[in-house]
Amino acid sequence: MISVIVFLPLLAAVIAGLGNRNLGNVPAKAITTGALFVSCALSWPIFLGFLTGSAQAHVEPVMPWIISGDMDVSWGLRVDALTSVMLVVITTVSALVHLYSWGYMSEDPDQPRFFAYLSLFTFAMLMLVTADNLVQMFFGWEGVGLASYLLIGFWYYKPSANAAAIKAFVVNRVGDLGFMLGIFGIYLVFDTVSIPEILAAAPGMTGSTIGFLGMRADTLTVLCLLLFVGAMGKSAQLGLHTWLPDAMEGPTPVSALIHAATMVTAGVFMVCRLSPMFEAAPAALAVVTAVGAATCLFAATVGLVQNDIKRVIAYSTCSQLGYMFFAAGVGAYGAAMFHLFTHAFFKALLFLGAGSVIHAMHHEQDMRFYGGLRRSIPLTFWAMMIGTFAITGVGIYGVGGFAGFYSKDAIIEAAWASGWLGVSMVGMLVAFLTSFYSWRLVFLTFFGQPRWAGSEHIQHAVHGHHTSDAHHGHDQEAHPEAEHGDSPDPHHGHEDVPHGTAGYHPHESPLSMLIPLGVLSLGAIAAGFAFHHAFIEPEGGPEFWRGSIAFSEHLAHAMHEVPLLVKLSATIAMISGLLLAYAMYIRSRDAASKTADTFRVAYDFFLNKWYFDELYDLLFVRPAFAFGRFFWHRGDEKTIDRFGPNGAAWLAQAGSRAAAKLQTGYVYTYAFVMLIGLTAAVTWAIAG
Amino acid sequence: METFPILSLMLGIPAVAAVACLFASPRDARWIALGATLVDLALGLVLWAGFDPNGAQWQFQEFQPVFGRFAWALGIDGFALLLILLSVFLMPICIGASWRAIEKRVPEYMSAFLLTEVLMIGTFAAQDIFLFYIFFEAGLIPMFLIIGIWGGANRIYASYKFFLYTLLGSLLMLIAMLYMTRTAGSTYIPDLMAYDFPVRAQTWLWLAFFASFAVKMPMWPVHTWLPDAHVQAPTAGSVILAGVLLKLGGYGFLRFSLPMFPEASSELTWLIFALSAVAVIYTSLVALVQSDMKKLIAYSSVAHMAIVTIGLFAFNRQGIEGAMIVMLSHGLVSGALFLCVGVIYDRLHTREIARYGGVSSVMPTFAVFFLLFTMASIGLPGTSGFVGEFLSLMGSYQVSTWTAFLCTTGIILGAAYMLYLYRRVAYGEVKSEEVRAMPDLTGRELWLLAPIAGVVLWMGVYPESFMRPMRNDVGRLLARIERATPHGDSNPTPGRGAPAAEQHASAAHGGAH
Repeated sequence: MISVIVFLPLLAAVIAGLGNRNLGNVPAKAITTGALFVSCALSWPIFLGFLTGSAQAHVEPVMPWIISGDMDVSWGLRVDALTSVMLVVITTVSALVHLYSWGYMSEDPDQPRFFAYLSLFTFAMLMLVTADNLVQMFFGWEGVGLASYLLIGFWYYKPSANAAAIKAFVVNRVGDLGFMLGIFGIYLVFDTVSIPEILAAAPGMTGSTIGFLGMRADTLTVLCLLLFVGAMGKSAQLGLHTWLPDAMEGPTPVSALIHAATMVTAGVFMVCRLSPMFEAAPAALAVVTAVGAATCLFAATVGLVQNDIKRVIAYSTCSQLGYMFFAAGVGAYGAAMFHLFTHAFFKALLFLGAGSVIHAMHHEQDMRFYGGLRRSIPLTFWAMMIGTFAITGVGIYGVGGFAGFYSKDAIIEAAWASGWLGVSMVGMLVAFLTSFYSWRLVFLTFFGQPRWAGSEHIQHAVHGHHTSDAHHGHDQEAHPEAEHGDSPDPHHGHEDVPHGTAGYHPHESPLSMLIPLGVLSLGAIAAGFAFHHAFIEPEGGPEFWRGSIAFSEHLAHAMHEVPLLVKLSATIAMISGLLLAYAMYIRSRDAASKTADTFRVAYDFFLNKWYFDELYDLLFVRPAFAFGRFFWHRGDEKTIDRFGPNGAAWLAQAGSRAAAKLQTGYVYTYAFVMLIGLTAAVTWAIAG
Repeated sequence: METFPILSLMLGIPAVAAVACLFASPRDARWIALGATLVDLALGLVLWAGFDPNGAQWQFQEFQPVFGRFAWALGIDGFALLLILLSVFLMPICIGASWRAIEKRVPEYMSAFLLTEVLMIGTFAAQDIFLFYIFFEAGLIPMFLIIGIWGGANRIYASYKFFLYTLLGSLLMLIAMLYMTRTAGSTYIPDLMAYDFPVRAQTWLWLAFFASFAVKMPMWPVHTWLPDAHVQAPTAGSVILAGVLLKLGGYGFLRFSLPMFPEASSELTWLIFALSAVAVIYTSLVALVQSDMKKLIAYSSVAHMAIVTIGLFAFNRQGIEGAMIVMLSHGLVSGALFLCVGVIYDRLHTREIARYGGVSSVMPTFAVFFLLFTMASIGLPGTSGFVGEFLSLMGSYQVSTWTAFLCTTGIILGAAYMLYLYRRVAYGEVKSEEVRAMPDLTGRELWLLAPIAGVVLWMGVYPESFMRPMRNDVGRLLARIERATPHGDSNPTPGRGAPAAEQHASAAHGGAH
């Protein structure tokens, strides 16, 4: 059954991809979407089986892959509780995104290719989560990277999309460098790349040291950190995060599936999958915690001030991934996976909701040109409200709440209970920031007066450029602002934008887009309440996970023992963020720009994403090209060739003054030299 | 072993066809060449089917004394088998690629290609060291001619550079061979592989062979002939140059340097590692700034060949098997990339990257193949490129973490320059009316690229077909060089909580590799 789940999307991708335009839009869409719904329908029983305790972990062998001495790598599909969680996340969100894309991409001329890429991505992601060895995990890892590259650059005539696609691939490769070295090191130490064997042997290796790049360090720490570098790349953690916001160049359904719900969580999944090994390397876990907390805070600060609706959600994703990592870092793998699970639903919902807004607003993505949309697109509005309730963690202590209420609180409590008080407080602070930027998004988009008249996209729509737009597909006319992700002139607050509707009438999205929003809304409402018992509770956790992650019952108990204030902190943070956003964006109309003016330095710093892109450009991109040119002209041409062949030629010419002869007769000279040599050789051989 | 002289037949058919071509019309010459190369491909497949991976080391042996110790001695092991297969697989594709692109002196051109095939197969099959030398060195002569006669504007300079580099190396190698046969009293390669040369002499012999193989590889800093040769060569010439001729150096290291001079190899591993690590970073960066498509791919070849050398000199199974797979994979992938360049060159008559753009809009089928080969070149898992690169780097890690680290940066740089190339050629708006007028792949071109694509994926998903024939040979080689295996720099100490048996295993592991 697992083979069907995994390989059906591949089959669909191949059919839709090779058939492409010959196949036609509807068959290609029907085949891929149908395959995904079948996979989804087959995945849920597996997950429910683990929930009820009736399913057994097993590995379904497929065929051998690379056999080189002791390194015996086979294609195989592993199913256990951890995999089953990922299975339902991936297939559910993917199936819904496929369906959503029927509406969202309906005007695109290249639909079969789009759907083929989506299905290909799903296949690679499923290979990643069913891997029983690190090399197959790496296969999936790179496969999702390829699909991400192709989908970010789907509108390949856009230079910004191409740049973002390459950036995503190359930055991920930096992480892959760590992942690969980690695999090499693991093979060297454990003589195997099979995950169960590694996890069984890892605890025995505590106290061992290993040489690495001339240093000697704790073996497990080195190995875990190398692997974690890979996780940082895929999950856009601080330092290797720069590709994720740019990845928003891809169509919005892609952002929802790949850059929110599934692929970017692969790093968290990897750490959880290898949690018994990480548990044996406390120093590595400390790094995971620190990086997670730093990312969590960093991305939230940037998210506060972005104007592009997708970028706000992208930084939000980055920040939520930080939560998951520091949860794993403090040893609360159940909480990390739980947040991954709930986040997949509400973040996919927010992205698809944003897509619906963008669809209604004729591809305008700048929130400064939104406003007052709740009456025009009420269903989208309510979906976004539910998503916002979920991400900000609306709920009442002791009663219940939306999905994020359970998972985020659990992380903050776990950090506190494990003694990482500072990190726990970062979690509380970020809960406040999350609430603020989430409500800011909602208020700017759905409340207040319409500010649509200032949008070029809306002007185009009103003045009848609709057809030429439709030809190029969505998001095509990216603003300069949208490309750079910030306003060229931040001094102009929201108030300078012309008000009014410009006579434009936004319309609600078609049913194919609203159904996924509805289903995901259900997930955002209920995923926390329904599953927290199995994922994080000391009673349900061990029975559900059954060793597939290093679930600590002790920590799960301790989470219940934290002070009441800590338990309430996330709710307090959520309410404060809401109130502040209300004060700044609803009650007072110029509070936002005034605040920006007051804290100009901080505002610019956040708006420009802490200047990471500029820094990397200066440190890596420019030097790479400069060194390339230097090596080419100075190295190859001016040094090697000058003193090598050209120098020899000069000598030869000067000596014999027979350049022409040499140049035309070199073959014969060569043959002659060889012949003399051979004669000598043969004579010698016969004589000897 | 085999009574039927299949190897001689594989040499004879293209040789006879090469002569026949000279007396045929251009049209007939094409068909003769295609027919002969296809027959050789079929014979190659027979060879593959008949090769027993668990059988003797040398199979399909033939021995015919000529005079003195010199003999027509042929025979193959797994390494030779795989490289012969690569040659006979690429050869009909080269003929097909030249079908329309070559218009002048077609009979001579076809004859030169057939002669190349004879000499390539001969090099891999030769069991007499002087027979090897003849094939090895003579193999370059038709290549000189192909570049020098059918090449681009600056063809004379390119083939002259090629010649100068090669000359010095061959002379030194010949002298070393003479000394060896004198000392060991045999010209028979299997005998020489088992002969223990004095350790002091080994270093000099190793360096003499190195002079020749490093140029052929090519290793940094003797690589500068390659970009020029590729740029000037016709498409099919580039395919054979990248596909087969670059494998001669690696084959040489595998056949001569390692088994004949194990101590010297071990001692000079640092040199190989240092040059390879420099090559990966240096040539990858140079590839990043190229504006000529063929030059870019040529520089990328130097980086890929560096992965071969570190794998070979890792002295372990993953390294050597990985190096062999990289050789096969690179032969297919860079050959295919040169074919891709040829396809668009035939339409626009320029290799200048800046003249292209938006090709995927007008040539969607071509774009798919180009993407596949780009990804294989980057080493995406599921393609042949990954399997070799991964194993080779893994092997080198066991000897030197620095080398592995520096060479693994190649996966970042490789992605950068290949995706940058792909973006500039295939993506973006259609650059000009000329580009818009470019038709998609013809049936002939499709038939050139599709088989390579199939094998690239096959090797990526089920490399066992290609690893099984060489498994025992790698084992024999490892047994031979075991005594000189360098120590790694990892040396993990046993863990605190490890059970006794496991401790032993991990402690032994550090030393054994």
